[in-house]
Amino acid sequence: MIDRDQVLHVAKLARLRLSDEEVERMSGELSTILDHIETIGELDLTDVPPTSHVIEVENVLRPDEPRPSLPREKALEQAPATADDGFLVPSPAAHA
Amino acid sequence: MSELLDLTGAQAAEKIGTGEVDPAELFDFYRERAAAEELNAFLWLPEDGDRPEFKTDAPLAGVPLAIKDLFCTEGVPSTSGSRILEGYRPPYTATAVRNLQDAGAAMLGKTNMDEFAMGSSNENSGYGPVLNPWNHDYVPGGSSGGSAAAVAAGLAPWAIGTDTGGSIRQPAALCGIVGLKPTYGSVSRYGMIAFASSLDQCGPLTRDVTDAALLYRHMLGHDPCDSTSLQHPEEISLPTAERLDGKRFGVPPELTGDGVEPGVKQVFDQTLELIEELGGELVDITLPHSTYGISAYYVIAPAEASANLARYDGVRFGPRTEAGGLTAQYEQTRHDGFGAEVKRRIMLGTYALSSGYYDAYYGNAQRVRTKIAEDFTNAFEQVDLIVTPTSPTVAFKLGEKTDDPLAMYLNDALTVPMPLAGIPAISIPGGLSDDLPVGIQLAGPAFSENRIFEAAYALERAIGWDPPEAPWRR
Amino acid sequence: MAAMTQQFGEHEYEPVIGLEIHVQLATKTKMFCGCALSFGEAPNTHTCPICLGHPGTLPVVNAEAVHFALMVAEALGCEVAPRSIFHRKNYFYPDLPKGYQISQYDIPIARNGRLGDVRIHRAHLEEDAAKLVHAGSSGRIHGAEASVVDFNRGGTPLIEIVTEPDIRSPQQAADWARLLRATLKATGVSDVNMEEGSLRVDGNISIRPVGQAEFGTKTELKNMNSFRFLERGLDAEIARQLEIVKGGGQVEQETLHFDPTTGALSSLRSKEEAHDYRYFPEPDLVPVAPTEEMLQRAKDALPELPTARAERFERDHSLPPDQARLLAFRGELGDYFEEALRTGGDGGDGAVEPTTLANWVTSELVARLGDAEPQDSKVEPAALAQLVGMVAGRQISRDAGKEVLDELAQSGGDPVAIVEERGLAMQGADELSGIVDRALEANPKAIEQFKAGKGKAIGAIVGFVMRETKGRADGGEVNRLIREKIGS
Repeated sequence: MIDRDQVLHVAKLARLRLSDEEVERMSGELSTILDHIETIGELDLTDVPPTSHVIEVENVLRPDEPRPSLPREKALEQAPATADDGFLVPSPAAHA
Repeated sequence: MSELLDLTGAQAAEKIGTGEVDPAELFDFYRERAAAEELNAFLWLPEDGDRPEFKTDAPLAGVPLAIKDLFCTEGVPSTSGSRILEGYRPPYTATAVRNLQDAGAAMLGKTNMDEFAMGSSNENSGYGPVLNPWNHDYVPGGSSGGSAAAVAAGLAPWAIGTDTGGSIRQPAALCGIVGLKPTYGSVSRYGMIAFASSLDQCGPLTRDVTDAALLYRHMLGHDPCDSTSLQHPEEISLPTAERLDGKRFGVPPELTGDGVEPGVKQVFDQTLELIEELGGELVDITLPHSTYGISAYYVIAPAEASANLARYDGVRFGPRTEAGGLTAQYEQTRHDGFGAEVKRRIMLGTYALSSGYYDAYYGNAQRVRTKIAEDFTNAFEQVDLIVTPTSPTVAFKLGEKTDDPLAMYLNDALTVPMPLAGIPAISIPGGLSDDLPVGIQLAGPAFSENRIFEAAYALERAIGWDPPEAPWRR
Repeated sequence: MAAMTQQFGEHEYEPVIGLEIHVQLATKTKMFCGCALSFGEAPNTHTCPICLGHPGTLPVVNAEAVHFALMVAEALGCEVAPRSIFHRKNYFYPDLPKGYQISQYDIPIARNGRLGDVRIHRAHLEEDAAKLVHAGSSGRIHGAEASVVDFNRGGTPLIEIVTEPDIRSPQQAADWARLLRATLKATGVSDVNMEEGSLRVDGNISIRPVGQAEFGTKTELKNMNSFRFLERGLDAEIARQLEIVKGGGQVEQETLHFDPTTGALSSLRSKEEAHDYRYFPEPDLVPVAPTEEMLQRAKDALPELPTARAERFERDHSLPPDQARLLAFRGELGDYFEEALRTGGDGGDGAVEPTTLANWVTSELVARLGDAEPQDSKVEPAALAQLVGMVAGRQISRDAGKEVLDELAQSGGDPVAIVEERGLAMQGADELSGIVDRALEANPKAIEQFKAGKGKAIGAIVGFVMRETKGRADGGEVNRLIREKIGS
């Protein structure tokens, strides 16, 4: 069960604006899906290691050799807004 | 003209090699058919007369190939079926595509798909749904619906797509063609617009098993740009088997019983009889945790996707919606650019990873995944291949399941266990039910593609799939 | 290192400090792509689809960054994880192109180490964010404030080092940070330059009554870009926390910025914006499981580190511990000292005493360095050694020695030549004795007064000698001779 407040909180985390109608609908849909997902709870999973990697490979490392970067025009080409040779964005409200 | 249409990819390559067929003529032929189609299968086609280079000496000899719009193709629009990438032209080309181009494939066009590969019906595209060539009121399946429809309708001799939870196999089944999801890691993911990183794989959608093997042979390979890519230990051969003597086929009740509609079950049972006639042995096996596949998949895939789609923020590429401050711009841009299903999965994934919920959802889903993989390992000690229907139903009507996301997700019940375990599986046409195609799935252990191709080829021969009303004939 | 406590009512409060340090690695390329690292180059000229976060791109780990991390683990006495993995740390910010940072979470590459008297909790690898710069008048968005993102820095390899909260005073924090810097500098994995940003230090501070085991609420102090500012910032924050507790209030968890010019602390983030990073294992990367070969290569790549060098100075040169550390923890000073010691070994009248040379290096030389580095000083190590030898060998007075050093520091040169030019050579013992005799003959009254108990009377006699020697005599020695001859 996921209620309206939780939906709004998650939407904020995901930087998604949702209309009131979307929030309403999302709440119901997600609840239904989560109910199904929660059937996992029927299983006894103690001592079962989680799979974080499907393939058994380790130490895939790249030699520290430079290769050419993109020319700046190419890097900026797709940007919706640029200024001062960079990507223009509204200023964040606070320092990082 | 219809002679060109009758040629499979392999046949066309051969005839170009001998000079019988002109690659430019073949390309124009398909381009024209693709441009005239009403299935909405293509999102981008080259201009009339704008042809790529044809490498007639290379194995794929300049035969045209349709490419799912999820693959980055340098300078050519690549949207992953989403409005948030409208107009995006990547500065590079996906490795799998480059491999195929190096082998002679000629890019015919980019095909329509469910947005960011999220869907089982191709109704989630930001550019309109794709229609099933068998019946335009029905869905072609998804997310590689455009590629599947293109091949089934004879708009391209073959195509590539991607499979995360069934997105190659299920549309292949619903459109009556062949589709392979290879071993995870055997094909590079570099340049594949990511949906779920630990599940996504590139694969062929073709008219027959031979074409699938040929394309797979030339797309695979270790790629230094993809840390999760592996070198396939075997050379991929074109199959020749005519029988299945000595081959053991596991039949799991969890994936072949309840939930499979009667028409599909009937075709499946007929296929099992055929397997025995060809000398194959049917073995009862159990995959006890596969029934939790959907639950695990619909936590893991959305979780990874929620992170993979965080880069779509209107800063470096794609459209953006100005809305005052920075946060508002992020929120509005993403609201405007993503469709409903994508939003749903981002929400689901973000929730599953969020503080307090991680272990119950994501942590446990990854544990279920371990059990599902174990089930397969155990099963493959008793059998060589596992056989199931590919989809619980045949194609359904457009709009039929769009109001019920869970019902839509359950379409994947028979295809999600394999990607969760990283193992390969193929779907081949098995017959018709209510005049719509039914697909049969064969799965094998990691790197068993040769084994799968051989068995599929023998079965394909015996099934003799050649329905008179097939859409590529129209 | 004296801890710092303050008395409030019946309690004495002590500060509890932990440090979080980000070190930019001096590899040739970025952490996950082959772009060359940028040093103030024109914006967005060191980028590629991967570090710009384009769709479909994938990271690949830089082998040298892993090697550097193993070196740091070894230098800090850490346990190396047999198998560590990368995690995604998810949040939205314009300097983070993928919307997540690839970092390490619960299985970092190194854990449980120690440097000096501070334990290391963990060290891990991650990628740096890009740079956000205020746009100025060239770019506003509908009249509103705008920023410009430069992705050159984005993706630079970082090692994050987190200490245990073992530090008990701001001074200890600054001193330890200097030791860490000297140690990392010796390894060569980073430029560790705080002004340039290749070394960034954040502090976590709380206070608690002395004797209490539980920690108080901690605050975070970010981005102090010099050791002095670190110390002052910590001082200010401790004072602020003490004020709150004194007033009966509760310290709130927050992130603060210290302005060194005003001495003011300001809040960077309010409580509600505490991030939920939703960490999960990075599916695009595979684990790092350092092999024996990798570990040995890292060990072999380490030069002598400051703590070991200090111990060696104590042992081999009999330097007192504080002085040994002073020389060892500032690498260039230690190098200078050792070079001077080496060249001074055969400079004329016997080898120079290491302790004497060390004194001159740590006091007289350092005083004349200002902001320059020892290796940039015009005083060659050999020259200093020779000078020190001449003073020790009584060829010139100590004061004369300082005068020569001034000249060397200004314009370099050869101490012997300078002594000769300026006629600074001291008299030999016999000659000096003769001059003292003459002084005594010339000042009988002074002798009488001195013998009568007026100590200051000796001054006239000393003055005579100094005039005769044109100030070159060693004052102390003159005094001694006079008293000896007078017989007191």
